[in-house]
Amino acid sequence: MRALTDRSAGQIESFRPKRFSARYGIDPFLLVLLVALMGLGLAILYSASGQNTEMVIRQGIHCLVGFAAMIALTFVRRDIIYQLTPIIFAVAALLLLSVLLFGTGAKGAQRWLDLPGLPRFQPSELMKLALPAMVAWWLTRHPLPPRPLDVLIAFIMVALPVGLIAIQPDLGTSILIAASGFFVLFLAGLSWKLLGSLVALGLAALPVLWTVMHDYQRRRVMTLFDPTSDPLGAGWNTMQAMTALGSGGVDGKGFMAGTQAQLKFLPESHTDFIVAVIGEEFGFVGMAILITLYALILGRALVLTARADHSFGRLLSGSITLTFFIYVFVNIGMVSGILPVVGVPLPLVSYGGTSVVSLLIGFGLLMAMQRSNRVLSGE
Amino acid sequence: MQYNHPRTERILTTQRVIIASLGCLALLILVFGRLVWLQIIEHDRFVTASERNRLQVVPVAPPRGLIRDRQGILLADNRPELRLVMIPEESAELTTVLDAIDKRIGLTGDERAQFYNRLQSRRRPYDQVVVKTQLSDQDAAIIAVEGHRFPELQFDATPRREYSFGHLTAHAVGYLGRINSNELQNVPETRYAATDVYGKLGVERAHELTLHGNVGLERVEANARGRIMRVMSRDDPTPGTDLTIHLDIGLQAKAYEILNGRRGAIVAMDPKTGGILALVSQPTFDANQFTRGISSSAYQALQSDLDLPLFNRALQGQYPPGSTIKPMLGLVGLDLGVVKWSDRIQDPGFFQLPGMERRYRDWKRWGHGTVDLAKAVIESCDTYFYEMAVESGIDRLSPAMGLFGFGQTVGQDVLGDGSGVLPSRAWKRAQHRQAWFPGETVIAGIGQGYWTTTPIQLAMATTALANRGTLMAPQFVQGLDPVSRTIDLATPADWERMAREMERVLHSPGGTAAGAGKDAAYRMAGKTGTAQVAGLGQDEEYDAENTPEHLRDHALFVGFAPATEPSLVLAIILENAGSGGSQAAPVFRAMSDYWVLERQQGALPPDMAWVRRIDAQLQRVDDQ
Repeated sequence: MRALTDRSAGQIESFRPKRFSARYGIDPFLLVLLVALMGLGLAILYSASGQNTEMVIRQGIHCLVGFAAMIALTFVRRDIIYQLTPIIFAVAALLLLSVLLFGTGAKGAQRWLDLPGLPRFQPSELMKLALPAMVAWWLTRHPLPPRPLDVLIAFIMVALPVGLIAIQPDLGTSILIAASGFFVLFLAGLSWKLLGSLVALGLAALPVLWTVMHDYQRRRVMTLFDPTSDPLGAGWNTMQAMTALGSGGVDGKGFMAGTQAQLKFLPESHTDFIVAVIGEEFGFVGMAILITLYALILGRALVLTARADHSFGRLLSGSITLTFFIYVFVNIGMVSGILPVVGVPLPLVSYGGTSVVSLLIGFGLLMAMQRSNRVLSGE
Repeated sequence: MQYNHPRTERILTTQRVIIASLGCLALLILVFGRLVWLQIIEHDRFVTASERNRLQVVPVAPPRGLIRDRQGILLADNRPELRLVMIPEESAELTTVLDAIDKRIGLTGDERAQFYNRLQSRRRPYDQVVVKTQLSDQDAAIIAVEGHRFPELQFDATPRREYSFGHLTAHAVGYLGRINSNELQNVPETRYAATDVYGKLGVERAHELTLHGNVGLERVEANARGRIMRVMSRDDPTPGTDLTIHLDIGLQAKAYEILNGRRGAIVAMDPKTGGILALVSQPTFDANQFTRGISSSAYQALQSDLDLPLFNRALQGQYPPGSTIKPMLGLVGLDLGVVKWSDRIQDPGFFQLPGMERRYRDWKRWGHGTVDLAKAVIESCDTYFYEMAVESGIDRLSPAMGLFGFGQTVGQDVLGDGSGVLPSRAWKRAQHRQAWFPGETVIAGIGQGYWTTTPIQLAMATTALANRGTLMAPQFVQGLDPVSRTIDLATPADWERMAREMERVLHSPGGTAAGAGKDAAYRMAGKTGTAQVAGLGQDEEYDAENTPEHLRDHALFVGFAPATEPSLVLAIILENAGSGGSQAAPVFRAMSDYWVLERQQGALPPDMAWVRRIDAQLQRVDDQ
């Protein structure tokens, strides 16, 4: 706090970091990659929505809003973020609780919250960022690697929101949020012994998970092993998506010429299954470009993670990055039939405002962690 | 915040980031591997799956062949019909939509019931269900204007069979009805993939495959809901073959005009070809009712009508031939050597078997006096033929009469006709498990007893007389090979002689049809018949006045005109009308005059306005 008033000091010039991102928080390389990805996403959406210009414009607005939020976040000082973390986590947990009590449902699950004066949103989206921040906040209070007691408390922090989201029920999101918390622990240097026993515990919990799963969730898992087992029900989506991808071949059927998507054989073609449209219309080449784009974003974000000059920033950035990548992997894995169908959108490409905005806010946080803070670094 | 070991922490977290990157790399390789498998290795399989998804082969029904009469007048046509159809899966509230239709263009209870029937019958999801047929352009416009409010409703233009003279030709041309599962089993299934109608009777039935043509195929792109987006390619259907039939619509109309509502049947044939010039069964019905979709109440009415309008008397009516077969019996007797033209008998007005009490009476109570074969034909003497039949014996008589086609269906493209009964010892044993009695031979001599024939059999048998020995099988459609049978007589000149005696039936004072033949401008030949419906006791008098109508005698007549070089053969039956000479013979005269004089033996076209009027009059009778 003392340093904030130290602006007139002559040594400021020498403290000024050389890197652009360290100076302004914004990383131009990552920025260009994100813009390219969203541009590609809007073009695909145009085709996948059946040339629905209105929908494309709405998604474009979502992108702009998210983009603005991201840029705005880069100006927030990371110590403020650090200090606000416990409060935001508490708010997010309370909102999750209230969803269970007063939430509105869609397709048999209560996920949405209608708050007066606010747009309808899913508190679980907020938790996606609040939880890793909270775990990172908690673990960095003491030197890393974390002590066993801190790990235990961190596990409780993870278990609480994951449990609340799982009973909405939204199994996909709860698993991903659990993963984001786990990534923090992993990056914080969780001992391999503990990691190993955790994996063993997870495997042991699978049968238990199976018994508490809803029927539709179990059917989705089953169709993973044999998509033809329920060709008109849960297997339909996967089979049609695989058909779309496979029939795309190397160079695809051409923009807006994918028969699976255009003739509506492909379900949810503008949201969760949009990657099948890319695969069908642009083929393996298109998929390679898309995945390369994601890989570059991943790589750049990991580089930025390593560069962050404080453990809190590194843990948070790393978790955001890895979670982002897990989204990509789960989505493409589900569409291409190597994972069960869970409702996970393709990051920054699938239609949907909440997802785009929260992902970009995540990247905003990541960039904010880049800003060199003389107060902190100078200490 | 504490920053105790920034350096060790940095090393630790950087290590972990690198490990995580390797994990991500592994997952990326997994995804790439999957994509290589899907998009490159298994590409062909998924292309097939995708094509199978979107491409559908839709059969296209061929246009059905038209039917024309011998002068080229269109009898059966295909006309586009506008129908209102619904995709019930897209409708939230069926009754509301039906009510809305009712309010705008009217929907009868019958139409509603039929809609629900169709809805419940086996159908694929998203198939259209017919709501209302025969929409006028105006009705269609009323619904179309509000089309956005009824997304489940569509219009559908399908060709519908239209019979130009629905009443006149119903029994001859037949009609189309919805194809049933039995019929589907008898046709090549692929050819009928798009067809839902089938010839039910008459020419439509007999020439079903010829008229039908062959199915076409359309390869279409359909979306996931089965709605067709565009046509990729099309193999046009092969249209059904148009048929020209021997039928003469003028002669057909004339027959109905003369019958004037009386129950009966008339078959007219061209003796040279065997072509059926007219095939009339009265009462008739409107064949168009069936192609338009007959309401159940209308069908009930047709079925329960005591006069049996759906019953084809010309083909299925089995009547005792009575005296109409006497010329043929006479020729059989001559051929067998049982009688000679010069043989005479004394007719006391009855016949008795030797040593038996029972008297077989002549229609003329006091007898015909001295009778030879010629007089027996002209005056229709029963006694002469009783005696001749007994002398011939049923075992010789029956096979000889079989040569004229009695006892069998007529074959060719005439379907569903009755075989009648040609009485014989074997037939009786098979049918009744009884021995043949001599008395049954006696009455067989005048075409009574077990003997029954159909009108079309009588007409066919009469062609042998008209052609002096060549029997022509009846046929509907022109261009078929004529089917004939030559009946050899020991003395071929007997054919001509018998034709001359039949001429005298109409043109000599004693002839039973002399009244009908009076003042004719040309000569014709024929034979009357009066067939008993109810058996009479030994001493009973037939009293037409006091006999219930359905037990009164049938009036029959067979004949040909002109007597030499005939162009028309007729067989006429008027049910319960009385004597053949007074009732059926005038019908023959009128038909013959129309054909020979007015139409110049078919050379002149009929008066179409008059034909339409007759058809319309039958409609009015229908409506009563």
